[in-house]
Amino acid sequence: GSIALALPSLASAGNKLAGVVSSNYKVPDPSTPYKYVTRYNNYYEFSTDKEEPAEAAQTLKTRPWTVSIEGLCAKPQTIGIEDLLKFAPLEERIYRMRCVEGWSMVIPWVGFPLATLLKRVEPLGSAKFVEFTTLADRKQMPGIGSRVLDWPYVEGLRLDEAMHPLTLMAVGLYGEELPNQNGAPIRLVVPWKYGFKGGKSIVRIRLLDKMPGTAWNKAASHEYGFYSNVNPEVDHPRWSQATERRIGEFGKRKTLMFNGYDEVAPLYAGMDLKKNF
Amino acid sequence: MPPPFIAWLRSPSPQQIGRVKALLFVVCLIPVSLLAWRFWHDDLGANPIEYITRATGEWTLRFLLITLTVTPFRRFTNLNWVLRLRRMLGLYAFFYCCLHLTTYLWLDQFFDWRSIFADIMKRPFITIGFAAFVGMLPLAITSTNAMIKRLGGKRWLWLHRLVYPVAVAGVIHFWWLVKRDIREPLLYAVILGLLLGARRVRTRQTA
Repeated sequence: GSIALALPSLASAGNKLAGVVSSNYKVPDPSTPYKYVTRYNNYYEFSTDKEEPAEAAQTLKTRPWTVSIEGLCAKPQTIGIEDLLKFAPLEERIYRMRCVEGWSMVIPWVGFPLATLLKRVEPLGSAKFVEFTTLADRKQMPGIGSRVLDWPYVEGLRLDEAMHPLTLMAVGLYGEELPNQNGAPIRLVVPWKYGFKGGKSIVRIRLLDKMPGTAWNKAASHEYGFYSNVNPEVDHPRWSQATERRIGEFGKRKTLMFNGYDEVAPLYAGMDLKKNF
Repeated sequence: MPPPFIAWLRSPSPQQIGRVKALLFVVCLIPVSLLAWRFWHDDLGANPIEYITRATGEWTLRFLLITLTVTPFRRFTNLNWVLRLRRMLGLYAFFYCCLHLTTYLWLDQFFDWRSIFADIMKRPFITIGFAAFVGMLPLAITSTNAMIKRLGGKRWLWLHRLVYPVAVAGVIHFWWLVKRDIREPLLYAVILGLLLGARRVRTRQTA
């Protein structure tokens, strides 16, 4: 579109995704402008600066690309990105995104529920957790040389969280293919959790019976728990999580429990969310 | 006879020092002018307030380090007159610190004093950052010639050693703030370590 023309360095984005259908999962908040969504990214494999991945991630090659789904399932398989783009109807979903750093956005994602993908491999009864491994290729990703995190970046969900209808595998935003800096060609989006739970450029999904170790939890376990649900009551040890700055807004707004997605509360019935942060 | 520039550098006239000071005054305003210009043109990225907070904080640290460079620089070059630039550099550190604090109080917290107080008490990186600001206050207040006279040189010098813990607190403030990538605060810590180390070398030599 015109935006891609105005920003020639984002040439790989801008391909319109065909056959995107609307969905009921749309928050009424106005969407964060495209230029902010695509130029303010935490993608440590490219840089720990938030403005740099927009340029630095242009080295990422997103074709060919496969995602291998393995572990405790009846039909493990490796699926090419072309098939992933086709096998389920692509939906537009407008989600709030709350970063653990205290800022937030509203993003019109395009994707399909993770549950659709997991059902295809038929998880076994023993599967309790899902682990997401993202690409860690030194040749394409300059940040892999630094020891900021333990690469590859790994994230995880409990199986019931992964199967929740809100949990999305995103392949696009604003109706177009995902720009590299936003996690092309396929990433996870879990809107009631802090943004870092949504692994970018995913290459492997594994069903496990044990809780997987996750990148930020391994880096600082007292600061980043496995669950990392958005929770204004549980502060980060070094800053408050009670409020957030919505990108593009001047003032701050109150952070909502589960980022406003109250329908996920039953997943945590009876759990002490201060302990399981 | 050394070339004129070297002679000038060794012992500038009072008017020349005055001109250097005027030039330095303007140069030190460049960071805040650039910030204002970029703010005006909506060019501070997706999160302008974070950008301003970060930039004013880093300039505070930089000016503190530049101020601490004056003494070792004078020693190694024997250019005694550079001491006369130190007060302005120190006051600029305080100026950027005030901008930094104001950004936090106003644009980040909107003068919500209860939340600010809780923040200062609860969060070590804010506690130590605020402590550094409080430490700079007496230095700024006693920076005038009249105050130096009133305190007496020795007591004034003693008081102004407070700049060392202030700088250390400033670097720790930055260190505790970053999420994971400590390379930048580490750089400040190394430079501060070298500047403080240079003073120890001197102390031993004269002892």
